[in-house]
Amino acid sequence: MRVTTDTGRCVGAGQCVLAAPEVFDQDDDGTVALLTDSPPDEEHENVLEAVQRCPSLSIALGGA
Amino acid sequence: MKDLKTAGQATDLPEFPMQRACPYEPPEGYAALREQSPLTVVTLFDGRPAWVVTSHALARELFTDERLSSDWTNPRFPVTSPARGALQKHNVMVGMDRPEHGHYRKMVIPSFTVKRMNRLRPRLQAIVDERLDAMLAAGPPADFVESVAVPVPSIAICELLGVPYADHEYFESETRKLVIRTSGEIAASALANLRAYLDKLIAVKEAEPGEGLVDDLIADQLHQGRIDRETLVKLCTIMLTAGHETTANVISLGLLALLRHPEQFDALRDDPDLVPGAVEEMLRYLSIAEVVSRVATADFEVHGRRIRAGDAVFFTNSAVNRDPDAFPDPDVFDVRRAPRLHTGFGYGVHQCVGQNLARAELDIVFRAVATRLPRGLRLAVPFEEVKAKGPAGPQGIIDLPLTW
Repeated sequence: MRVTTDTGRCVGAGQCVLAAPEVFDQDDDGTVALLTDSPPDEEHENVLEAVQRCPSLSIALGGA
Repeated sequence: MKDLKTAGQATDLPEFPMQRACPYEPPEGYAALREQSPLTVVTLFDGRPAWVVTSHALARELFTDERLSSDWTNPRFPVTSPARGALQKHNVMVGMDRPEHGHYRKMVIPSFTVKRMNRLRPRLQAIVDERLDAMLAAGPPADFVESVAVPVPSIAICELLGVPYADHEYFESETRKLVIRTSGEIAASALANLRAYLDKLIAVKEAEPGEGLVDDLIADQLHQGRIDRETLVKLCTIMLTAGHETTANVISLGLLALLRHPEQFDALRDDPDLVPGAVEEMLRYLSIAEVVSRVATADFEVHGRRIRAGDAVFFTNSAVNRDPDAFPDPDVFDVRRAPRLHTGFGYGVHQCVGQNLARAELDIVFRAVATRLPRGLRLAVPFEEVKAKGPAGPQGIIDLPLTW
């Protein structure tokens, strides 16, 4: 799983931080900060939840 | 394929928005609309036909569809009451589309991050404890709305913005005139009063800077030429008014729902760690931001219907969050459900900017409710006397008389 984020689209709702705090954080400007772009297997479910919850569709998943 | 005109030719189109019979249940007519179709036609107070979205899947799809605009200056932007019409010229952030919306939203989001809200928790805890201590010390009966539900979010947003809480009676009463179903003139004068209040406050803070988001916006945005003064006044007005009525309603309706579902109240008392999930369930079940308005800016097809540019489209969150396809047994209030994809804060780029402040406040309030209020807590009046606010504006109750 490869995670990419778009800070230009991001509206700082913080949903990703609530869903997967090991993978996502917020920068001082409030937009998404990726802690790792290749989260371990045990985080995949949380990352999928973050993707679903993100209101600005700013998180994308790629292949391995 | 039916458009708004042909689909709306049926006689007896339901009026919208509808009135709640029970303060925490959606108006009964909304489930019937959803059973008809996820996208149905209703009529507004001024006779205008409008689309209404009632299914969870379609709401999530259309909340992120940029052909549905939030631009309040669009002459076709629909309103649910004459009072809402007065707000149309007050558009900044809310009431704007990409990219202007993002320009202003990015000025305020640093103050509402999950981290910042976690750092606020000790102060929020002190505010909640102080209000509960006072209510318990005074003894029964007590109005929970006046003692806890209104002051807690009001003090919190005042401190975050740097607005003196001492002025709260003034701006709370003016805010109420904006959100209840009232005349356009009353709402317009209330809005003018709020703007005058904030304009004066900004002038005071320019001369003598303090601490808070308003001070940050003056230093980082106004004085750097990124926002003009009039727009800053509008933005501060929105931040002050939006932080009040909303969370207060979840607090008062949430406690009412717990009192009406004693087994759920007991579950929280037995295990207060259920509270964060219970808060999400309250946001879903109560859906106090019942109605969200948009205007179409393009012709497009969705769910076998043709939406045309200029059409009014409403999201009905209370129906969306009771959709059985998204939430099994949707009308059951279950503090263990912990729903993740409710639209209690909306969805799409306009999703509530203060949602993590609200979550922190609600978590602390309901942990305190579960651990500190006596087991004998009950309504001091018959349930039927607890009245819902009107259909326009955030859903809630006027007072919540308690005894113990």
